[in-house]
Amino acid sequence: MYPSKFDYVRALSVDDALEKIASDEEAKFIAGGHSLVPLMKFRLATPSLLVDIGGLHDLSYIKDEGDHLAIGALTRHTEVEHSQLLQAELPMLSYVASLVGDPQVRHRGTIGGSVAHGDGASDLPAALLALDASMIAVGPSGRREIPAKEFFKGFLETALSPDELLVEIKVPKGVSSWSYKKFNRRAQDWAIVGVAAVKNGSTKVAFVNMGSSPLRSTGCEDALRSGATIEEAAERAAEGIEPPSDLNASSEFRVHLAKVLTRRALEELS
Amino acid sequence: MSILGNKVLRLEDPKLLSVGGEYVADLKREAMLYVSYVTSTVAHAKILEIDVTEAREISGVVAVYTADDVELAPMASMFRDKPAMNRPFLAKDRVRFVGEPVAMVVATSYEVAADAKEAIFIDYEPLPVVVDPEQAFSDEVVIYDEVGSNKVTTFGEITDDSFFDGSDVIVTLKLRNQRLAPAPLEVRAAMAYVDQDGRLVFYASTQTPHAVKAELSRSLSLDATQVHVITPDVGGGFGAKATQYPEEILLGWAALKLEKPVAWVETRSENMLGLGHGRAQVQTLTLGAKSDGTIVAYRADVIQDSGAYPNVGAFLPMLTKTMAPGIYKIPKVEFRSTSVVTNTTPIVSYRGAGRPEATEAIERALDVLARRLNLDPVEVRKVNLIPADEFPYNTPTGATYDVGDYLGAVEKLMERSDYESLRREQAERILHNATKRLGIGVSTYVEITNPFPSSEFGGVELTEGGGLLIRSGTSPHGQGHRTAWSMVASEIFGIPLEKIEVITGDTDVVPHGVGTFGSRSLQLGGAAVHEASVAALSMAKEVAAEMLEASPSDIVVSEDGSGLAVAGVPASKVSYAQIYEKASELGRKVAFETDFKAANSTFPFGAHLAVVEVDIETGKVKLLRFVAVDDAGKIVAPLLAEGQVHGGIAQGVAQALFEEFSYDPDGNPQTGNLADYTFISAAELPSFEVVHQETPTYLNPLGAKGIGESGTIGSTPAVHNAVLDALAPLGVEHIDMPLTPMRIWRAIVDSQG
Repeated sequence: MYPSKFDYVRALSVDDALEKIASDEEAKFIAGGHSLVPLMKFRLATPSLLVDIGGLHDLSYIKDEGDHLAIGALTRHTEVEHSQLLQAELPMLSYVASLVGDPQVRHRGTIGGSVAHGDGASDLPAALLALDASMIAVGPSGRREIPAKEFFKGFLETALSPDELLVEIKVPKGVSSWSYKKFNRRAQDWAIVGVAAVKNGSTKVAFVNMGSSPLRSTGCEDALRSGATIEEAAERAAEGIEPPSDLNASSEFRVHLAKVLTRRALEELS
Repeated sequence: MSILGNKVLRLEDPKLLSVGGEYVADLKREAMLYVSYVTSTVAHAKILEIDVTEAREISGVVAVYTADDVELAPMASMFRDKPAMNRPFLAKDRVRFVGEPVAMVVATSYEVAADAKEAIFIDYEPLPVVVDPEQAFSDEVVIYDEVGSNKVTTFGEITDDSFFDGSDVIVTLKLRNQRLAPAPLEVRAAMAYVDQDGRLVFYASTQTPHAVKAELSRSLSLDATQVHVITPDVGGGFGAKATQYPEEILLGWAALKLEKPVAWVETRSENMLGLGHGRAQVQTLTLGAKSDGTIVAYRADVIQDSGAYPNVGAFLPMLTKTMAPGIYKIPKVEFRSTSVVTNTTPIVSYRGAGRPEATEAIERALDVLARRLNLDPVEVRKVNLIPADEFPYNTPTGATYDVGDYLGAVEKLMERSDYESLRREQAERILHNATKRLGIGVSTYVEITNPFPSSEFGGVELTEGGGLLIRSGTSPHGQGHRTAWSMVASEIFGIPLEKIEVITGDTDVVPHGVGTFGSRSLQLGGAAVHEASVAALSMAKEVAAEMLEASPSDIVVSEDGSGLAVAGVPASKVSYAQIYEKASELGRKVAFETDFKAANSTFPFGAHLAVVEVDIETGKVKLLRFVAVDDAGKIVAPLLAEGQVHGGIAQGVAQALFEEFSYDPDGNPQTGNLADYTFISAAELPSFEVVHQETPTYLNPLGAKGIGESGTIGSTPAVHNAVLDALAPLGVEHIDMPLTPMRIWRAIVDSQG
């Protein structure tokens, strides 16, 4: 597979990255390249300019900020997986990162890349959605914070504008229990269905691959709020959701899996 | 002490694991041009127009060729009575499958070629498509108007239902042995140029270099002396690289036409559609038996999907027929197959090639029979197997099984797996209505290796300094021939492995050869090296006898293996280096060439057991244990044999649980990349428990049978049976492979009504 012709520049700083991305309407940021490069090889993405932010090491960090954890956008999956801070304060995120792709993918791919790509079939976006995380973006008009619920818009579509750079992910502390159920056929695959369940005061449930973007299960969350049993809440997991059909799972099978996995996740929470 | 049977580390590995191998894609020559093919995006259509004008104008594009430019007769198939089905090098008026080459682009880089391909416009007029082999059988949609039918060939015939007279019970089963993509790590690749003498030099990623030479010579009308094929390291083939493809041969044509080096390395997506596929049979099976499980009669009625252009795949049901009865003493067996064309990638040989289909059929049918009779599946097998004292055994399908100890293999399997306690655990889980059920699946197999008894070349020569040069006609694609052949020669001469060089795959150096497929290499190519070594050693002994003033019959290999000595007089010794020098002085060569031919095929066998856990809520299967007893006669190189068994089991498990190359009804591939074509990885497999048994064959001096395909043949039905064993209490009788979570869930839902 051979991508179309493109130019390539390395960004020297965040400001430099913003300047370079603004220089070309068809430009794209590239970090680990594990979402963008396959699309380019299939010529499904044909950026004329790649702005490589891989050298912006300042954006690779995991910090304890008191009431939340701050994760730099360029932090690789393997760092999220093995961070002692995360394993102590937010083990769910380490666990979810450990399930992304295979070791090669986890050593190249970055949390910011996964989030900015906004793939409904990826693990981390749904986990962050359940964790009520928020995304920090910088652009020509400054810095803004976007809650996860408003960030994922549709198929490979996020709230980021083309000239904005995702720099940090903020994840609130206070998770008392969690569960992540990834259902796939092979270890390296995307989830056929994934369920992230988080208890942080209330219980939040988010789905992987149940729609074109990561989704919250409002049916299940509503049921739990009104005191339903786990079985009853799980039964309502896919309410209002019309999952896609593909070779691995029909829409009907996905709905079934979502209910089973939600029940199992909620059982783990309690 | 013999070196044979010792776990010698692969001599190939230090290079492969450090600096890396040298594959076709690594070869570079000055001014080399790069080839890429525009392939059909539709399954069946008339080509109305191909517009290449824009592509030809792109900077860096050297040439764009279509069928009109290529004046070569189509590639001949083995079905001479159907010349209309011969495959053209480039599609001319019609395309018959997605992935069929339509135009050839030659450019200064693969990137430029990719740009040029986007600028080629082909106007197709769609025609009705036939993808399903049963539908193709009906001839409602015919792919070759000139032939008027999709049927390519038939083997065998079936009679009426009186065939099953005398049976207490008759079970029938319809099985789809699904289409698989071989997906070797190295895709198809070739590089060609014309040398100073005007000869065509052709580097090929192939299992059969001499066949590539023959095909180049035939297709391009070149004298055989004008073609030099070289096979560097090859990254796998699994049978599919034992076929020559139009894309390869055309590269030779382009090198001659342009008088420039040309290279072609396809992409993975191209490989998934262009390299031949395997399996693809629809089988209707009927088994008649007595109430104690004794089989009375067995019938298999098969439709073989051949893909769009009949290749070796259309012929493979012949091997399914030969192996239909498996290890069982079945008085009456009848088999009929019809090979049909469809608008899909052509079917070729793929690891097992016709035999896994036979084993899967009889082993599934036996499990269905056992369940119907409420007997243990192992007991049903034991009742029917061929006793050890009846070999050589002639089967009703025309095979002569050389030697076997089938009961021995089954009993070892029972013991190693602790079958009884597995059954107890299974019952326990059912009793507690567990979500995760246990399934235990057993299969036995016997397969045919060196299936079309042929010969293989081997040459052994003493070289300066006292080393050996081995030349072999069977060229490896990952097996480790160098290690095994060196061991075989070292066994005879005593010369250490590091002083032995092995040359394969160069048609100028190796005068002739057949290739690596059908698990034939050790029993023919290895036996040829053995024979040549024995003959060359006696020539060396004659030279040594002259030097030591002794009789050649008194000369033996010295204890340290460094030369030859007079028996009982270790001090009276000459080194191999001295023997070489003496022979040279005398104008002689210590060298022997031979073509080893076996009188018959050999029949390795074994018994496999799989333990699976099935989540009956989600349909997910986890393979917990896999126990394999394989008997391939005398094991020459245990590490290589074990590697074959492990890889084979993995591929067989993959067929049962993961892999299927599928098309939508319009003939569009649905699994054309490695994200969708779910081949197996180590993470999905347990550590295999491998049990050895050795029953040497009398058909070659090594006592060896082939082991390259055994794992693939035995493991698929073991896993398939295991999953259905777990689901039987839920009323599920059969699910076609691969046993995906969705199919299992669906079957459970359906069986619950």
